[in-house]
Parts: sequence; C-alpha cells; structure tokens
Amino acid sequence: MATETEALVIGGGSTGCGIARDLALRGVDTTLVERGNLTHGTTGRMHGLLHSGGRYAVSDQESAAECIAESRVLREIASHCVEMTGGLFVQLPADDDEYFEEKLAGCRDCDIPAEVISGEEAREIEPYLTRDVERAIRVPDGAIDPFRLCVANAADAEEHGARIETHAEVTDVLVEDDQVKGVEIRHESGPGKRSHHEPGTTERIEADHVVNATGAWAGELGAMAGVDVEVRPSKGVMTVMNTRQVDTVVNRCRPKGDADIIVPHETACILGTTDVEVEDPDDYPEEQWEVDMMIDTLSELVPILGEARTIRSFWGVRPLYEPPDTGTTDPTDITRQFFLLDHADRDSLAGMTSIVGGKLTTYRLMAEQITDHVCEKLGVEGSCRTAEQPLPGSEDFSVLRDYMEEFGLRSPIGRRSTERLGSKADEVLKTDDPNPVVCTCEAVTRAELDHAIADAGTDLNATRIRTRASMGNCQGGFCAHRIAALLHPEYDEATTRTALDELYEERWKGQRHALWGEQLSQAMLNHALHATTMNRDRYPAASDDGIEYDRFDAGPPTPEAAADGGRRDDAHERADSREDDHGD
Amino acid sequence: MAIEDDVCVIGGGLAGMTAALRAAREGARVRLLSHKKSTLRHASGLVDILGYDDDELVANPFDALASLPESHPYRRVGGDAVRAGLSLFDDVTGDAYRGNHTDANALVATHGGTVKPTARYPTRVAPGLASQDRKTLLVGFDSLTAFDAPLAADHLAAAGVPGTTRGVTVGFPGDFRADSRVTRFARALDDDETVEIANGSMPVRRALARAVESHLGGAERVGFPAVLGEEESGAVREALESSLGVDVFEVPMGPPSLLGLGLEALFQEALDEAGVRRTTGNPVVEFDASDERIRSVSTDRNGRPTPFHADEFVLATGGLVGKGIDSDREEVVEPVFDCYVPHPDDRYEWFADEAFGDHPFARFGVTVDDDLRPLDADGRTEYDNLRAAGGVLGGVDFAAEKSGSGISLATGHAAGRAAGAATNQ
Repeated sequence: MATETEALVIGGGSTGCGIARDLALRGVDTTLVERGNLTHGTTGRMHGLLHSGGRYAVSDQESAAECIAESRVLREIASHCVEMTGGLFVQLPADDDEYFEEKLAGCRDCDIPAEVISGEEAREIEPYLTRDVERAIRVPDGAIDPFRLCVANAADAEEHGARIETHAEVTDVLVEDDQVKGVEIRHESGPGKRSHHEPGTTERIEADHVVNATGAWAGELGAMAGVDVEVRPSKGVMTVMNTRQVDTVVNRCRPKGDADIIVPHETACILGTTDVEVEDPDDYPEEQWEVDMMIDTLSELVPILGEARTIRSFWGVRPLYEPPDTGTTDPTDITRQFFLLDHADRDSLAGMTSIVGGKLTTYRLMAEQITDHVCEKLGVEGSCRTAEQPLPGSEDFSVLRDYMEEFGLRSPIGRRSTERLGSKADEVLKTDDPNPVVCTCEAVTRAELDHAIADAGTDLNATRIRTRASMGNCQGGFCAHRIAALLHPEYDEATTRTALDELYEERWKGQRHALWGEQLSQAMLNHALHATTMNRDRYPAASDDGIEYDRFDAGPPTPEAAADGGRRDDAHERADSREDDHGD
Repeated sequence: MAIEDDVCVIGGGLAGMTAALRAAREGARVRLLSHKKSTLRHASGLVDILGYDDDELVANPFDALASLPESHPYRRVGGDAVRAGLSLFDDVTGDAYRGNHTDANALVATHGGTVKPTARYPTRVAPGLASQDRKTLLVGFDSLTAFDAPLAADHLAAAGVPGTTRGVTVGFPGDFRADSRVTRFARALDDDETVEIANGSMPVRRALARAVESHLGGAERVGFPAVLGEEESGAVREALESSLGVDVFEVPMGPPSLLGLGLEALFQEALDEAGVRRTTGNPVVEFDASDERIRSVSTDRNGRPTPFHADEFVLATGGLVGKGIDSDREEVVEPVFDCYVPHPDDRYEWFADEAFGDHPFARFGVTVDDDLRPLDADGRTEYDNLRAAGGVLGGVDFAAEKSGSGISLATGHAAGRAAGAATNQ
C-alpha cells in the first residue's frame, strides 16, 4: 500500500527544508524524506558564512547581488540563527592593487555596502591580523548557524502540515510511461519521539511531483530515474580552532585560492577551505595536506593561528553543477549559481525537478523559485511568504533580552541559551528543578538538552547539533557521558550506552585531524577519563563473557580473620565499631 | 648561592613524589621540582597495577606481570619493584587505603556504571566493592550530572554484579547553586553547615541522611559520588552510616577528583616528613650537562633562570596529559632533556580510527634501560645520572590496561632507590 502526497521533496538540507516550508506555507500537501538526519549532507558540513556577496563581487555578480539581498532577508526572518560579525577583505603586500579596486567596484555595483579602511584601522578591528596588512574592504558578512536554520525551516513546514521523514533513504524512483510517480524509501532506525517506522521496512510514496534536492548526491538520485544530472561534487576542508581568534569574517583579498577565509562561529573560528573535485560524495580522502594548508596559509593573514589550538577538522562536498559541455576543468571556476533542471523539458521525463548548485545564503530564494515552479506544475495558486514570515523562535525579539535573573542563570549562559533558543527560551528554560550546566565548554544547560532530546531522542548527534553540547575544546571528554545519561530512564541502559558510544565516536572522528599539541594532550586526557576512570572501553555489560566476581577481592577480611593472619589489624577498627551500630 | 642537592626530581605527580620519597629514605638530600598542579586532580584515586592483559580481565595482576612484553615498564623494573612500590604506597597511605590484604584485584564501581579492576582503593570506597553480594543503593545528586545513579545502577545490574543495585537521584540539601563544584558540597559536609530545608534548618549531614532515608528499602549499603568531605571525610561517612544504619561508600569521580587530591595530600605530607624540599610553580626550561652527566636544571622564574644542581636526576614529568611528552604537527618530543621519543613520522599514524582503538599516541614516551635511564635513538644511554619514571615512559597504554598508578609507583620507587643509592657511593 502506498502513501500519497502532492509534493515530495528529497533531501533534508537547507534547500530541501526551505522548499518544504515554502510549499507547506502555500498549502501544498508536502512530504520531505532524508536518508540521514536533517543537515546530514553538505548543510551540516560548511563554514557557516552568511555571504555579503563580497566573495563573488568580481567573478559572479549575479550571485553577489542575490547574496546581499538574501542576507538582508535572513537577518529579518532568522535572527536567532545569524550573528552579524561584519567581514573584511584584507590586502597583504603580495596581493594585487588592481584586484582590490575591482572588488570594491564590484561590491558597489551589486549594492553591497563596502568601505575601504587602512591597515591600521583593520588591525584595530582585528588585532591579530598580521602587521603587514595594507588595507581592507569592510563588508556586511556574517555567521549563520546552518543547523538551527535547517531545523527551524523543517519545524515550520511541519507546523503547516508537512510530513518530515528522516532516516528514510530513497531506494528507487518510480517511473511509469515517462512520468515519475513517486519513490520507494527504506526506513532506518530513527531516534526519538518522532514516529519512525520499523527499521528495514520499505514504503512507497506516490507523489504528483518530486523535487530532487539532494545536492551533491543529485546525480545518484537522477540515475534512479534514468536521467543524467551532471553534478560535480567538490570537497573542502574546514578546520575548527579552539576560540575566536577573530570576531569578524576575515577574507584574503585575492582572486581565488584555497585557505582564504576565517569565519568566527559561536565560540570557535572555522578556517576554510580547499576545493577538489571528488568522484563519490560519500567516499573521498580526508587529507593531511588540506589541514596543514589551512594553518600555514591562513597564518600569513592571522599569524597566531600557527600556534593556536585546532580542535578538529571536517570536510563537506559542494554540489557544484554546470550545464553539459561547459567543460570547466578547475572546480574553483565552476559557477556558484544554482540550476533548476525541469526533467520534463530536458529529458522528457515528467513529474520531477532537480535543483543543483547554489549556496546556503541563497537557500530561501532557491526554494522560492523551485516552489513557484512546482506550484505551476501542480496548478496551485498562492504567493511566497517565506521572505516576510519569521522562522520559529525568531518572531519575538523581546525574548532575546537578558534572562539571567528570571532563570537564575549566570549571564553568559543565559544570554547564549536565549540566543540559541530564540523565542522558545521562556518555555525551555523555565524549570523548577536545578538546571546545571552539562557541557561547560559551550555552556549548555540540562534543560536545554532535555528539550533537544525530546525532539531528537536517542540520536545524541542530533542533540549536539541543536545545542552545540560537546562541540568545544574537550570534544565530549568531560560531557559526553553526562549528556547520554539524560536519555535514562526513558531509554534503557543498553540504548543509553549505545547512544553514548555513537556520540563519542563521532567526536573522535573529527579530532583525528587535530591530534598534536594541546588537542593531543586533550585526547589522551579523554582517553584516560573514559578508559581509566570510567573503564568505558570495557563495559562488562557489553561483553558476552560474564565476570567471575568471586575471583576478585571482596574487601579486607573480618577482624577475626585478620587476627589469624591478616596483614593489618588497624585497618579494621572503624568497620569494627560500625557493626555495633547496626546489627542487621 | 647555588642550590645544591643530592637528587633532583622533576615532576610532582605520583611517580615524582614516590621517587623523591624513596631517594630520601636512602638518606639523600632531595629536591622535588613541580610546575603546575599535578594531574592527580584528574585521577580517580584508585591505584591500579594491571587490570587487563591482552584484553583479558586480570584477577591477579602479579601472575600476569611475567607475560607482559619486554618493552613494558614493569618488565624493566621487575615484579619485586612493583611490590616494593606498593609497599611504599601502603606505608604512605596507611588507613586511608585498602587492598593490601590480597594480591587479587578488586572490582570497583565507576561513575560511568562499569566495574574497574584495581589493586588499592580508598577506604571511603571499600564498602562498595562489586564482589560483595549485598543489596546496594546508589545515590546521585540532581545537580551533579557526572554521576547518574539510576543509570549506573542499571549498567551494573546489566554487568551481572552480585546482589541487587538500585539508584536514586535526590537534591543535595540546602540552597546551593545549580553549578556548585564538588568541593562546595565537600566543604559543607566537612563543616556540617546548617542548611535550610523544607521545614526549618538542620546540619547538612543529618539533612542528607534524611533525604536518602525514605529510599533505603532493604539496602545494606549506600553509595554516593565521591564528594563526602575533604578534611573530615571519615566523620562525614560515620555520621551518615550511623543515621542511615547501613554502610556508606563513595564512587570515584572524574575531575576535579577529591580522591585523587586526597592521595596527593597524603604523599605531600610524607614528603614533608621525609625532609624533601619542594619547589613549585615554575617550569624547568633548560639544563646543563657535561661528560654525559646532567649538572643542573634551571627553572624559569619570570624570565630569570634559577639553576638547581644535583648528582642524580629523575625525570617524572608525566605523559601527554601533563606535557612531559609534547608534540606539534611535525614531531613528538620530551621537552626537558629532549630525550628520544619513538613515533611515526606521519602524524596520521599516531592514532587508530576508533575512539577506543589501539592508539600509538597512548604509548608515546621515552625508552629506558633496566636502570630506567632514557635511551637515545641508537639505544645508548642519554645521560649516566638521569632516570625516568611514570607517565613519561613509553611503550604502554596505561588507560587501556589500567596500570597508570602502578607504573608510577613501581618505576618511581626503582628510580628513587637507584638515584639515592648512587649518591651514597
């Protein structure tokens, strides 16, 4: 038996969630399926730059103009996901004057506020910039939290009637008579209170129109429908620093190149990036030279990065696309524009549209254009409201006040919790129980984690993404077990144990690219705390062999026995007197 | 005037303190240099000799010593040195520790809900041993998130521990901040502070017993996280035991660990009694050597070097955690004397892919001869009068095999004895 929907969106990244929200707001019956959790693909693996458009002001002015317009929109509708840090394009002595002037003119052409400041002024804003700075262009770059953004879009879609199905991988696209009829999905064990289907079961979803919003994976999905989607996945590394060495987005002002941007993000900085085409977006090498290049090249711009502590690195794949026969060889030259592929026109296959290319900053605009297109196909009237309608959590600006006194939290925590939670802060943090900080690196309280777990269930990585818990210096060493304990008693000990192992392994994966100096020291400390103090590497409950408890010391012998040959009588005096107190 | 001693020990952790104490007992004039707080505040306070050998749980560590690989620090010093180190430990800790009545390991419940094999355990922990077939109640505090008692109890039950184990979470009585550190609870219990509770006020020990009382059921012993006092822990436990009418024990915790700090305090007391001169707060940054002997080391005091001369030196600066072994993107080094630390050139070969994999980094450290003298890359002694002890030694993943304290005691003892004896010659 099949389930039915009007529109089926495949892919739970920013684009897919944006489309689902837009469709739902226009009254279309919508289902979104995602093979992992939300943000599982590229959205959860980017540097979190809210583009002013400055980066594209020379090479791609259409993208640049879209970026500044959408940046303005997101500051309105998603204020709780955005930090307007400002940005600098910094010129060093080796960098070309002519390019600097082109960049400035380009920004102005695209309506991007841009101001030239001296090297001295730039160093007043960012004291760790190298002394060599010649001058800089100041632009309204910012940092955006892609996780919160994605979740907010999906939540709003759900509130407007959409079905959001995560951990549901498309195994087949159903095609009949040159018409896409829907998909078959396989459910995997989904965490939490969301109602998930039995793992391993399949479901047919019939849809009037299917949107392939799978980004770097669009080629694979297209192949299931028998069409070519020439997506060219390109990997890039992001290296996470332990603190905010800069508070402003710092770009190197030169034509193109790897390792030319530093984005402050919450309590950290992210260095980016490389741009290397890969065959398979699920399997590509994560290489040491990429991490070394981030540190070596960007320390030309901010010398302290050469000495600073790196806490982990991660990689993402860009969903680059160019029309067939363009033939660009260097992935950095491929346009960052997005493309709507109407397979009816293109491949004579009705009922499916693919969206490829593009970038997070313009996700809403892309979603709007796709939704216009889908609505036209479906014959649905109704205009887009996503540019005006705030996302959940963002609507009530008064909640961004300082909640310190009301919740009895110390100020940095109160402020940061309310920033993370937006207008939900009141509901989440108002608790009669003590609300201790569970993750001290990121100052995440138990109430906030409980709230996230209510949505994400046993998937602690999803809880991590919602709250940032375990994402600081210790990478879960001090807090992973505390976070996992919050699953109990709702979930049993075995489930809790598995969830902890998953979180701890995930944290380990990224640290492997930062294992020297301070972070190697931290890794050894984490190893000692988890393996020695807790003995978590040898959970007896996880092993098949039972322990023969009677082969082990059960305590010093009783005083009588000690008199018969125990080595130390004095040890038992207290045990002795105690027995008189209670004779049970 | 120059500072001159017979033996100079660098590093104030368990290995360094043991070496200093042992050398002093040889009659040597001993200096102990330590830079920062020791890593004992991270340590559980349990003293492990060997918990696992080739992934097998070890019931009697002394039986397993001989089968360890040749490169293992225990093989360097031999089984007698392990016993001698433990004996010194027993002497220092006296009534504060248990476990010397047997060679067998004890299994102690951890705050993560597993059981851990260990050779010596604080008296505060003793009534909680997992091998005792007793009805157990674990008590956690709702603001102390590192110990979830009901979860730990379920883990232990799943591990098949004898007897029954239940867990309950209560509020720590009184109006403490949600983020109070464990030392705040400990101090309140030390001083038996008066706290406000629902209907009036009472001393906190009594209030805590009252909060637990109704959960007792038929429990024969009650376990708390290890926060039951710093200075007055014996009195705190006795008060709780007499109010509750059952045995009370503590579950070792992570940092800041009161049990680890308590162990450090016992050793420091012994050091003072033995006349060891302790100089703390400044790192050793350089040394002077001639004729293959270290002549002096210098600490950096606000940019001014202070030299310490001695006949014999012991390097006990710890491993990666304590920065006795350090690294950058290119290499792994021993930063004080630049002793040779074997490691792969490619830093991507320093780790295993799984979090609890067989990590090469966990084995980083200096290599030594049978007299614990560090060796260079060609297997030659680095300096005639330099010995190494504790975490700075390589070739062992102490976390995986649960042997950290034992190695510190055994090698600290051996290095201290040899250094002390050398100065007598």
